[in-house]
Amino acid sequence: MLLILCPYCQSRRAELEFRNVGAAHISRPSDPQTTTDAQWGEFLYQRDNPKGRIAERWLHIHGCGRYFNAIRDTISDVFVTTYKSGEPPPAMPSEAKP
Amino acid sequence: MPDSATMLTNAPPLARFVLRADAETTIKAGAVYGLDLPLTINQGASKGERGKPGARVALKLGPDEFWLIVPEAEGAGVRALLDTALAGCVCALVDVSHRQVGFVLSGPDAATLLSSGCPLDFDLRAFPLGMATRSVFDKIEFMVWRMAQDVFRIEVARSFGPYFEAMIAEARHDLV
Amino acid sequence: MSRFRTGAGGRIDRARGINFTFDGRLYTGLQGDTLASALLANGVHLVGRSFKYHRPRGILASGAEEPNALVTVMRDAGRTTPNLRATQVEIYEGLAAKSQNRWPSLEFDLGAVNALASPLLASGFYYKTFMGPRFLGSNKAWAKLYEPLIRRAAGLGRAPEAPDPDRYARRYAHCEVLVVGAGEAGLRAALDASADPHCRVILCDEQAEMGGWQLNAGSDDLVEMLETLGARPNVRLLARTQAFGVYAQGAVALAQRLTDHLAAPSPETPRERLWQVRAGEIVLATGAIERPLVFPGNDRPGVMLAGAVETFANRYGIRPGERAVVATTCNSAYGAAFALKQAGVDLAAIIDLRDKPDPALAANALKAGIPVHTASVIVGTEGHKRVRSVRLGKVEPCGIVKSTDSIACDLVAMSGGWVPSVHLFSQSRGKLAWNGETGVYSPGKDAPGQKTRSVGLCSGEFPADMRGFHNGALPTPDEKGAAKAFVDFQNDVTARDIRLAAREGFHSVEHVKRYTTTGMATDQGKTSNMNALGILSGALEKPVPDIGLTTFRQPYTPVTFGIFAGANRAGLFDPVRKTPAHAGADALGGVFEDVGLWKRAHHFPRKGETMHAAVNRECRAVREAVGLFDASTLGKIELVGPDAAEFLDRVYVNSFAKLGIGRCRYAVLTNEAGYVIDDGVVARLAQDRFHITTTTGGAGRVFAMFEDYLQAEWPELRAWQTSITEQFATFAIQGPKAREVLAPLVEGIAMENEAFPHMAMREGRVAGIPARVFRMSFTGEAGYEVNVPAGEGARLWPVLLDAVDKAGGAVYGTEAMHVLRAEKGYIIVGQETDGTMTPDDVGLGWAIGKGKRDFVGKRGMMRTDLIAPGRKQLVGLETLDDKTVLEEGAQITDTPTPAPGSAALGHVTSSYWSEALHRPIALAVVAGGRGRMGETLHVPMPGGAIPVRVVSPVFHDPEGARLHA
Repeated sequence: MLLILCPYCQSRRAELEFRNVGAAHISRPSDPQTTTDAQWGEFLYQRDNPKGRIAERWLHIHGCGRYFNAIRDTISDVFVTTYKSGEPPPAMPSEAKP
Repeated sequence: MPDSATMLTNAPPLARFVLRADAETTIKAGAVYGLDLPLTINQGASKGERGKPGARVALKLGPDEFWLIVPEAEGAGVRALLDTALAGCVCALVDVSHRQVGFVLSGPDAATLLSSGCPLDFDLRAFPLGMATRSVFDKIEFMVWRMAQDVFRIEVARSFGPYFEAMIAEARHDLV
Repeated sequence: MSRFRTGAGGRIDRARGINFTFDGRLYTGLQGDTLASALLANGVHLVGRSFKYHRPRGILASGAEEPNALVTVMRDAGRTTPNLRATQVEIYEGLAAKSQNRWPSLEFDLGAVNALASPLLASGFYYKTFMGPRFLGSNKAWAKLYEPLIRRAAGLGRAPEAPDPDRYARRYAHCEVLVVGAGEAGLRAALDASADPHCRVILCDEQAEMGGWQLNAGSDDLVEMLETLGARPNVRLLARTQAFGVYAQGAVALAQRLTDHLAAPSPETPRERLWQVRAGEIVLATGAIERPLVFPGNDRPGVMLAGAVETFANRYGIRPGERAVVATTCNSAYGAAFALKQAGVDLAAIIDLRDKPDPALAANALKAGIPVHTASVIVGTEGHKRVRSVRLGKVEPCGIVKSTDSIACDLVAMSGGWVPSVHLFSQSRGKLAWNGETGVYSPGKDAPGQKTRSVGLCSGEFPADMRGFHNGALPTPDEKGAAKAFVDFQNDVTARDIRLAAREGFHSVEHVKRYTTTGMATDQGKTSNMNALGILSGALEKPVPDIGLTTFRQPYTPVTFGIFAGANRAGLFDPVRKTPAHAGADALGGVFEDVGLWKRAHHFPRKGETMHAAVNRECRAVREAVGLFDASTLGKIELVGPDAAEFLDRVYVNSFAKLGIGRCRYAVLTNEAGYVIDDGVVARLAQDRFHITTTTGGAGRVFAMFEDYLQAEWPELRAWQTSITEQFATFAIQGPKAREVLAPLVEGIAMENEAFPHMAMREGRVAGIPARVFRMSFTGEAGYEVNVPAGEGARLWPVLLDAVDKAGGAVYGTEAMHVLRAEKGYIIVGQETDGTMTPDDVGLGWAIGKGKRDFVGKRGMMRTDLIAPGRKQLVGLETLDDKTVLEEGAQITDTPTPAPGSAALGHVTSSYWSEALHRPIALAVVAGGRGRMGETLHVPMPGGAIPVRVVSPVFHDPEGARLHA
């Protein structure tokens, strides 16, 4: 069971309190009606599945109730960092080879 | 079942409100509520004796989310006061008096019993006096607030009350 | 005292005899014995039959690594535990154990004929042999013929058939340092860490007593260390506690046995306790496991690991034989030889593979009268149920082995060197490093997020006496001979099997593992791993580290299912959510169904009534008089803030900006793809305050979705939602007499039709209780939904029931509700929709706010294929025979005999007997359905296709006049 630092309540909690809600930094087009089917399909369904670091969203559903962002390493499952919704992904030192 | 001085008791009937408000409104609310609302998240504050007239509880459980809990008889009065004081403020006040049921778990084995279902660390350094937070207990969500070293105030959704009681009763078998 | 016990010493209590049975025979052991030591004390070596060949097997080891001595311990029908290692079972008065994998008995086992068929049972025998016969189809042959036979013949213990009556407890625990293993290294690590009183230390050990190898010596140091630790309040000592799994970020699962060692445990006391530990640092002090020597016939009862022999002699006071041979590649086995000598066992020989064993040890051996054969190996054994003699082989400098003498003996103590127990480190995903000098893998770098420290033997740092080793099979003169040299005792894998796998092209260690089954199952290669790698290395002519290593999996040794279930069984399997009126509905004889975690009354049969009769009566009551329904489980949200209406406009397909205060609107929720995911009713309580209902099952999902948009997508909107699902008990009063029933109970609300019209909402009091009353209908009749504080629900229910009864009405359940709404063509999300239906597909296009620039799902439902003709649309179906009730989920075609492989036009989504129409009705989704009104289609069923007519989905009161009455 992972431990996750919630950037809102600043508390490191068991994964049980959280829910993963998919990729981060996928912004909803501001005027969806002007998008093409292909662009809309991209927004709806196309996601990266990287081996290594991924930016994703988590919900502290059984805690403070906030959605936030996290950088997680999909190889080691380690949370590199977490940050609030709306904040840009922090600049990361280049990845150390495991 | 092993004897234990630890008791799970039902909280008396209470009026409960969820307040969603920014810092400025929070201060205004505290002034009429008669108790400053906590500034830090996962913090509880209280005044007066539990269940007695004038008792006030304020828990900050989210960045802008507060639970205000008072004796049932004072609910309507508190609501009216807050409605008046907060008129024109951008905030939300919702009555959730019946949404939850409350418990007090007190005694030397209180933290051990909570650890049968909750992954939080109840060591005083990790979960100090006054800390209040939502978390999970076994298969349900709950709110736990440490009022004293061995006294925890717990709230669960109304329909989960019997399950919580039964799981604590089951965990008592493990006090060996 | 038995001739198999030493005269003195050890940690058994010689004054306290304990009676137990093995395979029904009564034996006596001593307090402090394991089942293994107690059997050895009675001269019993034959304890099991091997997995595939049913060969007689004895006790090999003295601890968790035991691969052979698997037994079933029986207390009663429900308290029967198979596959326990006899070396770990503590005996108690009356213990009843039996051997496994033998029939009719351990001494005479018919399955041993498998040994004659052993050429058929070599590597991959499952894959090679059980492929036909073709007429059954190969899968069928496997499932029906072979698997049941193989499962019976080659199996371990049987699972008990009665329910497990024991309790299992569970605890989370947190510590700065968790030490696994209470041998010398573990004890010292725990002492060091706990010197800081702020450092919480948990020390666990799977044995009944802490001390590890030190228990063989009985040192005063041990007593002192345990006393010091026991006195420290920051230390928790957990004996009988196996760390069976290491997970991410310092999470370790421990299984503690609380009562298995007791003769009469209290049923109140948990049998086991699961500890879910979160440790800042994991100190592994798990020691080392001795590797067996791989020589022909190395599995005969009486052939044991040297360290185990030493433990049995010193710790349990056992004389495991009369005349022993020690075979070794390592100095440590000399200790076993001396211990045996001390215990009064004849030492026939020490057979050492090395040319030049340690001169001091060899000298001591000779001084003790023990012949030492250097550069020698065992090349065979004789005996059936017990070893009778070994054949000595001399390894010539050129590598050729020459068989020489036969040495009579009834005990062989063997050592192929030691292997650090790195299972837990490997589970933590740490990298193992190959050490050529000791011929083992030892812990290397920690995995990211883990902080572990291996101390003592499991670190791979061995004292000089434990350094000799031999990986792989011993040299033998008979490489191609029929005698079996076992590598994996538990899975019956021989050296030849591994060489065969290599010859057949399995070169990856992962493939060899699966093909030969070496290192699989409960054993996880504890005694076999390094030898298997050594043999594979020889066969492939590649160095061991180039071959790779398979993963050690959790659990380290098997764990009960009970410990994982904990209290979550029977009534506590899941929370059972009951509405405030549950007791009242139960008293009426309500039959409940599970809807998520909720219990909902499905129907209320009266005496002698079938379910259908009850549902029909309940439907009639609503259509003709009035019905009362408990709708409390519906999800409810209170949305507050100046931008609340704007938010609703953006998430629902409907428009809310112009919804008047005190008015309600049916609301449809889609996802961004444009598909219907929920529906409900939105009521405006005030300019900035709304009461929203969701489906019962969708409550949590919708709340999370709204929160997502509020927090992340439109943080500028000033609106907050609060779940009020459980704040209110909700009762629907529906039917032509609904107003007549409710009006007398209401205060503060004008109930006249004009004053309180359909889709209006009022606040007042009902039976003196503050209430939010909605005029709305999910039945097609005029009706109300009364929301009162949940704590008052149980009080209001009988009042409403009484009023409904007096008006000739009835209480109704979810089934009648489903029928009534289907008669009106009202959809149920998840029944008429399946996550691919747009509002227009299910006839709800009218609900979409036309003037809105954007809302969730708007762009999605404009996608080319979502507006293309021919989509499945909601329709009604009537069976032409007017009596057949269709099966929900049945496919719909345009011909009664569709060609195999042709696509269906759609399927039946809801189907009921309509009491109001006196005929079956159904809702369905059919391609281009709204353009097919009046067409005859077919529902092919096993008994023949059923012809149906496509009709409007609204069967009852199509004008809707009754709603407004």
